[in-house]
Order: sequence, then C-alpha cells, then structure tokens
Amino acid sequence: MSVIRTPEQELARFRGRLAVAGAVALVCFGLLAARFFYLQVLRYDYYSTRAEDNRISLVPIVPNRGLIMDRNGTVLARNYSAYTLEITPSRVADLEATIEGLATLVDIQPKDRKRLKKLMDESKSFESLPIRNRLSDEEVARFIAQRYRFPGVELKARLFRDYPMGSFGSHIIGYIGRINDRDLERIEENEDSANYRGTDHIGKAGLEKSYERELHGLTGFEEVEVDSGGRAVRALRRTPATPGNNLVLTIDLKLQEVVEKAFGNRRGALVAIEPGSGGVLALVSLPTFDPNLFVDGIAPQDWDELNTSPDHPMVNRALNGAYPPGSTFKPFMALAALMSGKRTPGQAISDPGFFDFGGHHFRDDKAGGHGTVDMYKSIVQSCDTYYYRLANDMGIDLIASTMGMFGFGSRTGIDIEGESSGVLPSPEWKKRRFKKPEQQKWFGGETISIGIGQGYNAYTMLQLAHATATVAAGGVMFKPHLVKYIESAKDGSRRMIEPQPVKTIAIKSEHLETIRRGMIGVNREGTGARAFAGAPTRLGRQDRYGSGVLPEGRKIFGKDRRAPARPRALHCLCAGRQAHHRAGRARRKRRLWRPVGRADRPPGAGLLSSRQVAGRCRAGRPGRRRPGGGGRW
Amino acid sequence: MTNSRFDPRKWVAYILAPLDGPLMLIVLGILGFATVVMVSASPERLGTLGLNIAVAFVVMWIAASLPPQRMMSIALPIYILGVLLLVGVALFGDVSKGARRWLNIGVARIQPSELMKIAMPLMLAWYFQCREGMLRVRDFLVAAGLLLVPVGLIAKQPDLGTAVLVAAAGFYVLFFAGLAWRLILPFAVVGIVGIVTIVAMGDTICQPGVEWPGMREYQKHRVCTLLDPTSDPLGKGFHIIQSTIAIGSGGILGKGWGSGTQTHLDFLPERHTDFIFAVLTEEFGLVGALFLVVMYILLIFRGLFIAAGAPTLFSRLLAGALTLIFFTYAFVNMGMVSGILPVVGVPLPFVSYGGTALVTLCLGVGMLMSIQRHRRRVGT
Repeated sequence: MSVIRTPEQELARFRGRLAVAGAVALVCFGLLAARFFYLQVLRYDYYSTRAEDNRISLVPIVPNRGLIMDRNGTVLARNYSAYTLEITPSRVADLEATIEGLATLVDIQPKDRKRLKKLMDESKSFESLPIRNRLSDEEVARFIAQRYRFPGVELKARLFRDYPMGSFGSHIIGYIGRINDRDLERIEENEDSANYRGTDHIGKAGLEKSYERELHGLTGFEEVEVDSGGRAVRALRRTPATPGNNLVLTIDLKLQEVVEKAFGNRRGALVAIEPGSGGVLALVSLPTFDPNLFVDGIAPQDWDELNTSPDHPMVNRALNGAYPPGSTFKPFMALAALMSGKRTPGQAISDPGFFDFGGHHFRDDKAGGHGTVDMYKSIVQSCDTYYYRLANDMGIDLIASTMGMFGFGSRTGIDIEGESSGVLPSPEWKKRRFKKPEQQKWFGGETISIGIGQGYNAYTMLQLAHATATVAAGGVMFKPHLVKYIESAKDGSRRMIEPQPVKTIAIKSEHLETIRRGMIGVNREGTGARAFAGAPTRLGRQDRYGSGVLPEGRKIFGKDRRAPARPRALHCLCAGRQAHHRAGRARRKRRLWRPVGRADRPPGAGLLSSRQVAGRCRAGRPGRRRPGGGGRW
Repeated sequence: MTNSRFDPRKWVAYILAPLDGPLMLIVLGILGFATVVMVSASPERLGTLGLNIAVAFVVMWIAASLPPQRMMSIALPIYILGVLLLVGVALFGDVSKGARRWLNIGVARIQPSELMKIAMPLMLAWYFQCREGMLRVRDFLVAAGLLLVPVGLIAKQPDLGTAVLVAAAGFYVLFFAGLAWRLILPFAVVGIVGIVTIVAMGDTICQPGVEWPGMREYQKHRVCTLLDPTSDPLGKGFHIIQSTIAIGSGGILGKGWGSGTQTHLDFLPERHTDFIFAVLTEEFGLVGALFLVVMYILLIFRGLFIAAGAPTLFSRLLAGALTLIFFTYAFVNMGMVSGILPVVGVPLPFVSYGGTALVTLCLGVGMLMSIQRHRRRVGT
C-alpha cells in the first residue's frame, strides 16, 4: 500500500471498488427479494392462513395486583372488580352526541366528562378510555340492551384498586394511576413491555411505586378466536396470570392512626423506627390525601384543590421536609462530645444564662441560667448554654463529621422515593451552597447555634428517627424499611426483608449509658416529664427508656425496651408546624402532642386508644411565625 | 435583481437549479409511496409528516446549494463538535430508555449520535483528501482512530444500532479510499463464520444464564429472539412473528390499500415507524415490496454513478459512503422486518415516520446533489 499510485490508477481502483459496492448491494437486495419471494409466494398459503388465524389473537390476562397490609394484617390496599364503560375516541364519529346518548342510560357527571377530556389529551385516539367507572348492575343491564347504538363504546370488567383506609398512611402506600408516556418509557427501559400488555395502571407514588415489580405480577395470555370485527368468539388456550405478591409492612396501623388522630388537623410529621431492625412502625405526614382519588385519573378539580392548598398535603413531610432538629440534637452533641473526648459526663459548667461569644450573648431560655450543669442535667433540662460552649469547643468540622456518621445530612435509603438529604452544615457545605465569596466563609458564631440544633441544621424526621434508633441499638445502624416481608400470592411463601445493618458505629457502652440515662431523664423529670406524666409505661429492669422527649413540645419520644426474647422498641420523632415557628413561652411550648402508648406490648395490644391520647394532647394556638426558622422550640 | 418584476419561471429555475433530476424523482417516488402507506398505517400523522417533509426538503436544498469545498471546510469543525457533544452526553446526558443518548442544551434535547452519521464520512473524506497522493498505511490507522472514538462513545451509551451504522459509514470511506483487501477479507470471513455459528448453536447459547462476552442482556435477547421468535411471543418475538405473517400473507398483489388485517386489527407493532415495511408489503404485496427495492436500487446506483463522476477525492469518497449508508439503512430495516436480521432501531429510509431521520437522509441526498452539480467546476 505504500506504493504511490498515479491519479489515474487511483481513480481506476476507486471505480473498481464502486463496482464491488454496487454488486454487494445488488446481492443483498437480491437476498431480500428472495426472502420476500419465499414468504409471499412459496409460503403464501401458510402465512395467509396464519393471518386468517390471527383472528386468533393473544389476549393478555392482567394479573391481580398484590395487596398491601400492615404488620397486623389490616388491609391497606386491595382490589375489587367492577364494570367500567370505555370509549375509543377514534372509533366514535360524534363524541358529544355519543356521550349525550350514554347519559340517558347511565349517570354521567360533569366530573366524568372533564376527566375523559383530560385523558384524551394525554393519550392516543385509538386507546380506549373510561367514561364511567363502577357501574351499577342496573346501568350495566340498560347499556347492554342498547349497546348496538354505540359503536366504539365498550363495557369492560376490570379490577379496581381500593384503599379502604382512605387517607390513613397514604404517604406510605402512595397510589396507582393510569400509565402515561413517562411510565411507558420506564417500562420499555426495563424491557417489561410484554408484561404490561393489557395493564393500564401502574404505581405512581409510595410503596405502590417502589414495589411495583412485586405488586404487579406476571401477565398471562389467552389465545382467543376473534371474528372479523375483533370480537372474541371462543378461547383456545390459556396461560394464567401470576398474581402480584402481597406486601406486609412493618407499619403498625393502630399506632399510625393514634398518631394521625393526635395531630388533629395540624400539619406535621412523625417517624417511629424499631431500632433492632430498622423497621418503620409509623411514618406520619400530615395532612394527607385520599389515594382513592388518583386511581381512575384524578378529577381536575380535586387535583387543583390538593395542589393549591396552603397545607401542601401531597408533600411527604417525614421524608422530604427538612427542619432544624432543635433540642433533639443535643443528645447527639453530647454523645459526640464523649466520643471525641471533649467532655466527660461529670464535667460541669456554670450557666449564667448566656454564652458570650466575642461580646455577643447567646441566651439561654431560662433567665439567670440553670446553675451548675453537667451532661446529664444538660440533656434533661435542655440547657442551651452547655451546648453553645460545647459547640464552640468542638468546632464545626468535628461536629459535622460526627453527625455525618449518624446519618445526618444523607439519605437513609428507605424503600420509598422522595427522601431529601437535608443539610449537614459545614464550611464545605457553605462553599457549595453560596455563590458569593463573602457568603461562603464560615463564621465561628455560626457554629454556636449549630450546637442546639439550630442555625443551618436541617434534617428530615426520618433522619432524626434513624439516628436515634442507631443510638438505641448501641450504634448499629440499620437501613430503615417499611416492608416486613413479601408474601407470594401463589403459594403463600414469605420472603422476609432482612434487617440490613449499614454499619456499626463504635460507641463505648458507658458513653451510650450516659446518653440514654439523660434521655430517660428528660421524660421522667425533665422537660418532657409533663408530656409523659401518667403515660402507662412500665419501668422495669428490662425496660430502658432511651432517646428523649425534648422540651417545648417538639420532641423525641423514645422508649427502648430490651426484652430478652423479643426486643421491641419505639422511637418516635415528630415535628409540628413549629418547624418554622417559634413557640411562645413555656405554656405554649407544651402544646404539640404526646401520643405514645404502650408500644412495648405485643403489637396493637396495649396502645392507648386514640381518645386517650387526644385527651392528653393539648391543643395550643399556633405560634407566631418567625421568618428564617431560627430560635428554639 | 432589484429591477425585475416577479417572474415565476425565473424562481422555479432558481429553486430547481441545485437539484439533481433523477435523485429528486427517486426520492419523490419513495416519499409518495410512503405517504400512501401512511394514510393506511397512521392517518392522524399525515399533517406532521407533511411538515417533516417540508423541513427535510429545505435542508436538502440548502445542502445541494453548498459547493463541496464548503462542505470540506466544515468537515473538521462538525466532527469535533460531534465528538465534544458525545463526550457531553457521556458526562451530562439525559437517560432515556436505559441509555444515555440525549443532551439537553437548554432549548432542546439533541441526539449527537444522529449528527455523527453525516459528520463521520465528511470527516474521513476530508482527511483522505488532505493526504491525497501520499497515502500510507499510517493514514488508515489514523482514520481508524478517528472512526473508533465516536463509535466507542456511541456504543457506550449504549446504542449498538447507531454505533454499527456510524462505524459502517466510516468503514465505507476507508473502503473506497483503498483499504487493502487482505485487511477486509479476514474480518468478513470471521463475521460470516460467527453468524453461522450463532445460528447453528442457537439452542445452547440462548439458555438463560449464559453470558455473551461484550454484549448486554438485551442485545443477547434480540439475537435469540431472531433465532426463535416463539420464545417470547408477547414481547420482542411478537414483533417478528407478526411482521413475518404480515409480509407472507400479503402474497403477490397484497390485500389492497387499507385492507391489511395485520395492520388494522392491531397485530403490528410500531407500524408507522420501524415496522412500516410490513404494512406496505401486507397491503401491496410482493409487487409493492419489489417496487420499493427497485427504487432503492435506482437511488444507490444513481449515487454510485455520481461518485464515479465526482472530480475530487473528497467528493468521491463522500458520495460513495453516503450512498452505501442509504443502502445499509434500507437493507437492515427490510432484513429486520422480514426476519433475517435482528431487531435494531433502524428506520426504513424515506418511509418510516420520524423527523430526525428524514432530515438526516435528505441532508445526505442534498450533498450528493451538490457533488453532482459541481462535477465539472473543479478539475482534478
């Protein structure tokens, strides 16, 4: 090839190659022509029979969607079958007239029409779309008698999803809805198109979405002989569908209900985690919404209502809302101090009621101060000055790295979507967060309020519960999960979701003991004592109350019982609307709630009735709004 | 120009000047046939189809008006831009259908691999033009490198279909530039042996759990489905089974326009895009299929003829490569629909519905026209 050729030789070779290319193209097209000849002439009879037989069509059999149950077997999502009237717009000449005609036979509300309009905008004209769902028997009979008048309108028996508990726990369960273009893309992405033939609903949020694979099941199919109009004449062969698997949750619906009722109509969130397994016992975000609204395409009116409501019911506050943790942060600060050796439990400070930082006074909530404060007292009485000084001594880098270890500021990996990671303040975070150089610098004064859970601190309730559960489990961090086991609908076999230890944080047992004692103290003699007064809890040898109810109405409740046989424990965290409001002075601070019952009993057995709890939950007036969310609770 | 009153004849002449008569007639013939088929396959898309054709023709006219020298001068910038965009896709691309193919540039989402289909032959033709008269083995290695970088990036997305097409486009330039037969033949032999092996051993290697080196699960799935469509009757195999039935049942004369049962009873998937050829053959039979094949043969031979008469190495290589790209599209698509090639997302040129592909193809035709028109102006 290194031979240099003349332009003429080059051109001749090029033309030779053109000839080769032309010949190859001809051969390939000849091959195709031969294939067509083979298919269309030699095997014409075979294929035309098959096309005739293609009156034998494969009809998908949609599997029953799996059920969702709480840990006690209460059904949270189920199916029922009902008739639905569907229109294929492309096969209807005059849509308005057809709907008018139908309205004389079955009840069609303006809402139904609006929904059909919306569905038509979203789908292709040859898709069949529901105009009325859940027809009564009488309506079915009336339509069947007159159905010759309505070409393009069909009566179909379908399974509907139903959420019998309505809005209870809807942020956990989520909802299903009609498959849209984005879902289709995802289905194709997963090479799942075959399995979704005939299915027109898919999980859109919550567990319905994240466990779609388990819940959906396997589509079966039936070979059906159809007449020239496409109507089924008889079934020939049948591969049944495999129903979707059932989900049994770690959620205890009774607890969930108690909490939701105790909140009343206030906004807020609560998470309760079982420390030994990471199982979530309750995950409340209020207000909620009724998932049943979404199943058949939500009516525009309902949608607007949900979206424009100032309460933002669609937001999952427990996962997505990041709030400064306030004084619930203090036990972790104390633990960090012990672990780093910056404090010993007995080391006490004298609290004058403020902490002086470069001439600026960071004030305590108690005028004149708490006196001599050691670590136990600092937790029990929620002494700010202690933590102002501690934060200053530790420095922001040490705080950030220790809190990061407990999972603050990072997603926990819970098995539903929508978790936000919150903000773990550090100089690096500030550099990333702000663009202007003068805002990027970390000031020593900013560290001080970090110590009492204020300032830039912003964590989700889930993170807080997760971190508390980690401490309660002696430093073993489990991935939080909502599903306890997956039950095969076919043979009833169970697949347990094993507790997944993420990591073990090395904490000395005497350190753990100090912190736990402090957190128990909060509930017995400290700022949480009134909230827990009279709570039917049993303090026995085997019961240890960890975590802490921290002052001023916004609390960590924690009870950590380690029965030898079956460790069950409960860690609740809640944030009310105080998240962004400053609670007033002492009386108003107590107002949030305290719906903790006897979760140390077997599931459901000894919980407070909701009335008992509601009675104990003193409703308070909403606090003054305080911009920036600063201050303490 | 300022003094003349409006003279329609002058305008028509101005518009027609850059266009090549035979090529234009062939393209119009195919597009006309495609429109007829589309009326049956998906009538609601006719409006958009008209719009797509209009845009594509404008692009074709502009390309036909550009002299080849101008194309040469933009070859390198376009290639570099294409590679940069591909790198951008790899780093920041949007994931869609399991692959990172799209780049969001604020105003629109673009698919740089599509640009590469034209940029690749342009670049290589330009490169060989620069090295004309002093070609060494080294130059082929450089060209292979220029080819493999974008192909690798596209294959990584992963988009094996497009990667193969871009690789083919580049290979055609190398081939026409005189890549030695002793380098081509071994690969051809290995390829044929490989295909024969896969077909012969289909049953064993398609067992679940058998992993194919260098191939992803879905690619294995596609090949296996081709070997035995019944293994997946509701999924990918369904496409092949149904399109084969559609073709076979069309017979010699077809079932008649708008009377294809496969099409109209919803047995055919993607009937307006990748599988439109099945609609065509079901309704117009062997006659219709052969008509289309003949049109493609005419298109390809006109292209090869233009290449043979092209004055510079650049225009020769570009014309030859572009022509063979048309061939590849047509052959791969018809082969796939009739069940002799695996299902890859390659449209049937000028027939499948899809704006981007139509514009790309018409851009290629426009370049051919420009080469034909400027054949005498630049001497060798």
